[in-house]
Amino acid sequence: MLAEILQSLPQVLVDGLALGAIYAVIALGYTMVYGILELINFAHGEIFMTGAFIGVAMLILMTGMGWLAAMPAILALILVLVVTSILTGFMGVGIERMAYRPLRNSPKLITLISAIGVSFLLQDLVRFITEYKRGNYILTGPSMFNEQFAIKFSSISSSFSDAFFKTSTLILIISVVIMMVGLDFFVNKTKWGMAMRAVAQDRETASLMSINVNKVISLTFFIGSALGGATGVLFAVQYGTIDPYIGFILGLKAFTAAVLGGIGNIRGAMAGGIMLGLLEMFAAANLQLLTGGILGAEYKDVFAFAILIIVLIFKPEGLFGKAVTEKV
Amino acid sequence: MHKLTNKLKGNKLAQIILLVLYVLVTSLSLYLAQASVTAFLLLLFSLLLLYYTELPDRLKWVIAGVVLIGVIPFVSSTGPGYQSYMEVATVVGIYVAMALGLNIVVGLAGLLDLGFVAFFAIGAYTYGIFATGQAANFMPFGDFPLSGESFWIFILIGCFVAALFGVLLGIPVLRVKGDYLAIVTLGFGEIIRIVFNNLDKPVNITNGAMGLASVKPPEIFGYQFVYPNQFYFIVLAILLFVILAVRRFEYSRIGRSWKAVRENEIAAQSMGIHLVRTKLLAFAIGASFSGMMGVVFAAKQTFVDPTSFTLLESITILVMVILGGMGSVPGVILGAAVITILNLQVLTEVTNYLNQLSLNGVISFPEALAPAKMQRFIFGAILIVFAIYRPQGLIPAKNPVFDEESLKEGSKKHRKEQITVEPDKGFQA
Amino acid sequence: MGIKKGLKVLAASALSLGLLAGCNASGGSGGSGGGSGKVIKIATQTPLSGGSATLGESIKLGAQLALEENKKKFEDLGYKLQLQPYDDQADPKKGVANAQLIGSDKSILGVVGHLNSGVSIPSSEVYEKYKVPMVSPANTATEVTDRGLKTVNRIVARDDFQGPAGADFAINKLGAKKIFVIQDKTAYGTGLADAFKKAAEDAGAEILGYEGITVGEKDFNGVLTQVLSKKPDLVFFGGLYTEGGQLIRQARDKGIKIPFMGGDGMDSSTLVEIAGDAVENVYYTSVAADASKTDEGKNFSSKYKEKFNKNVESYSAYGYDSMSVLLKGLEAAIEGNDGDLPSREKVAEAIRKIQDFQGVVTKVGFDDKGDNKFAKVYIYKFSEAKYPGVQEGEISK
Repeated sequence: MLAEILQSLPQVLVDGLALGAIYAVIALGYTMVYGILELINFAHGEIFMTGAFIGVAMLILMTGMGWLAAMPAILALILVLVVTSILTGFMGVGIERMAYRPLRNSPKLITLISAIGVSFLLQDLVRFITEYKRGNYILTGPSMFNEQFAIKFSSISSSFSDAFFKTSTLILIISVVIMMVGLDFFVNKTKWGMAMRAVAQDRETASLMSINVNKVISLTFFIGSALGGATGVLFAVQYGTIDPYIGFILGLKAFTAAVLGGIGNIRGAMAGGIMLGLLEMFAAANLQLLTGGILGAEYKDVFAFAILIIVLIFKPEGLFGKAVTEKV
Repeated sequence: MHKLTNKLKGNKLAQIILLVLYVLVTSLSLYLAQASVTAFLLLLFSLLLLYYTELPDRLKWVIAGVVLIGVIPFVSSTGPGYQSYMEVATVVGIYVAMALGLNIVVGLAGLLDLGFVAFFAIGAYTYGIFATGQAANFMPFGDFPLSGESFWIFILIGCFVAALFGVLLGIPVLRVKGDYLAIVTLGFGEIIRIVFNNLDKPVNITNGAMGLASVKPPEIFGYQFVYPNQFYFIVLAILLFVILAVRRFEYSRIGRSWKAVRENEIAAQSMGIHLVRTKLLAFAIGASFSGMMGVVFAAKQTFVDPTSFTLLESITILVMVILGGMGSVPGVILGAAVITILNLQVLTEVTNYLNQLSLNGVISFPEALAPAKMQRFIFGAILIVFAIYRPQGLIPAKNPVFDEESLKEGSKKHRKEQITVEPDKGFQA
Repeated sequence: MGIKKGLKVLAASALSLGLLAGCNASGGSGGSGGGSGKVIKIATQTPLSGGSATLGESIKLGAQLALEENKKKFEDLGYKLQLQPYDDQADPKKGVANAQLIGSDKSILGVVGHLNSGVSIPSSEVYEKYKVPMVSPANTATEVTDRGLKTVNRIVARDDFQGPAGADFAINKLGAKKIFVIQDKTAYGTGLADAFKKAAEDAGAEILGYEGITVGEKDFNGVLTQVLSKKPDLVFFGGLYTEGGQLIRQARDKGIKIPFMGGDGMDSSTLVEIAGDAVENVYYTSVAADASKTDEGKNFSSKYKEKFNKNVESYSAYGYDSMSVLLKGLEAAIEGNDGDLPSREKVAEAIRKIQDFQGVVTKVGFDDKGDNKFAKVYIYKFSEAKYPGVQEGEISK
């Protein structure tokens, strides 16, 4: 049994890393907003989805005008990523203005309703626009970065088999690493990042220290949504096909990842996302073996959630969260 | 208008007259125009009016009873829309009970639960498995399906099983707080659903994704409950029990400790409140309401499958609670009613109406914007508008205000009154 | 206090509204009765929003086309046909609530629907109570007709016919010995995959794995890693094209070149769109004959395209045929009732009596359970990224 698990391990690691990278960046969006507003931004999954649609629409448009063939594909992708993240970033700011800011002093949970409303609205809006333009809301982008690679794990040891992946997987992982390092630098080393952390710690005191709280919150939404949108594009390139309902399940998983890492903690969200991706992939590939055929891949989410619950029971503040000692 | 409201305030007689007039007019319009959904909704609206009158509580209950048991079934019974009105009313009742259960967990005890629908599923499957041939697959003894008469016992069993799972969930959850709690409960809800979806092997217990079909309808003395108007009364009876229970709990010792835990756990603990027991009780009681309604749901649908118990469902129930006003019993009832009616009837009717218009060529839509598909959009927009304009919930929770002086005097007076009132009561009975 | 005041204003306006509503509604119903003859409504109930809306809508549009083509005929009989589409959101609760609405609307004499067997089963219990005849264009679960309801009919093949037909083809024609079965854990996917697995085992093939995936997800690499390490000759997928397309695409990316096979849920142009060139060497069973081969089929496709500006999906034609069968029964019932409006029971009986109806994709004749006697299973193969595939075989009962 162990031999078989080892055999497929390289492939599981590669696939899990790709999926986990996506979870990680979306989880960042959840965790940043949560850190500052203590709000579960349910609409974040939909921002990711909208980003994917904007990206694919641009790619299709560029193909239609012949630009895609004219320039190197990687340049086109970077262009699309930048434009999409700016658009979704402003969308996030807009959503905060319209749907969350009026509710800032209301009970904490009422904002949740507004967020759910926004998420329904966005889903249907994207569905409508795509269907109106294309006659079908399932959108398949142009095929890019499809070259296949195999890492020869088998040459290291015969107990491993080779892992297959595509160029797009590589691009995905590299871009995600760049995004995460960039964000980490921004939050920890720049003035605005410091302001962000200050607002997260104590909004009122921060405002007394001449920090423009509203601006910082807008900025947080901008960055979170921009990252989410960019991930959407990467997702669309990696998996090819998108529909307006992808945001829900992915958002849910990403939120789980954020909590796993310790919500409000940026590095925690990254680690949580990658862990969740790996766990899920491992479960899907090996549950059948591990349980002697009683449980199959369909239990992978049960497995992931069960681990989450166990982690939280023993470390209630998440893997990387700081335990808050309540003072009396 | 201002004068009018001022006059009305404090004038109970005028309020009664207005209310009765309102009920009469709306029920008459429903009686005459059966197809009018508006009339049906306006008639239901009378219950909300009743809530805002300044009548004594007991009278309010009586009037509400008359409207719910007598007026609504009677005036809608003559027309073709009868069963569909009753179906909507039944589903509203089911959701009200669930929302009230969740209200205990979220609203009173302050524990955010995102997997609440799991208990509903547990109730539904408890009855579904034993009221179909399914149980024969793993039960070594007994004759399955059980007859419809077992339904009445299963309401209690569903209640207990759900409560048991509530406690089971509660034990690990006690260590986590706030939003960690939310995600743990969410995970629990998903686990339950996925397990139900896959428990067709190695032993076929739930029949997996195929679901349990032909669940036996309830039966008593050979009388079968098949139509929504019959379920309406079952739901009404359970709902009455639930509302009474919730009201009793809210102002009891345990209710006050829930609120104390919600406001500040440490302070509550130092006042001698047993944290573990208080939280577990909240989970158990909240879950038990859901479990009961799950049994009714299974019997009403005659079909149980995991697609009825998704995360979206949990979120919908949470939306009902928050929208209505967390911790406020009338608010939660209203919230549940508004969301359910909106979802099942109003949106469907509106889209149908728009659809007829567009099919008849009065207005034209592109196919992508066909009104029949717009429900999600409209629902989302309504949620945002509600949240922004009524952030405290539709009927915010109120704590009863006690005036110390009058309380002291009242208790003295009360003692005297009791002596004089008691024979009166006996006479009435 | 502000709330109270507001509510009282609301109450007053509601009171007047109530009066208005009374007048309004009665006026409305009077108006619609006075048009050109009596109105007969036929409902469709399919998911029009949510994840499986493409399929649901294609049924609705197909049905709409059939209804509009028959309008003239019914006008001559003195009736005005009207379509009443409902959105069941693929949710059993919503389906049942809508079914109650349908049941209570006396002018509705039939239903075309549903897409999901899970919605169809509880909703049909309600139709049965109100005697509303239902013709299903897509439900293959055995349970749908096995309950012996008088009103429930379907024009498609059952799971326990389609699955074995696929297994037979896979083993005897493709020579598959070791098969890996994947399903999407819905009522449709489970039913089909179970039937396939059972038949394949009986025919002597070895089942290397039987795994489930989650609908709505896009990453199926975990399960595919298992396929990769087990090295089967064929993968069978019980599920719909959205997941199917992704699965095939990701399998090919992993270097899994063996044939894939699926059921009628894979019979969609979107599958080809999603999977692209990866769709090569994919087989699917379908209950519909290749519409582009017959003249009627081509005719239908062009009419559909012209009217709705959309390409036909596999279920569009089923929707069209279901509606045609339903209207055929309705017509017979009207004629049998000397031109008067027949009761719903009469319509249901007349539909069940249909024995020989030639639709666009299938011939229809109902047996006493409501299953279509002429349901055939066809096997198609994609050898290039073009929909539909090439017909490879034909199996009848």
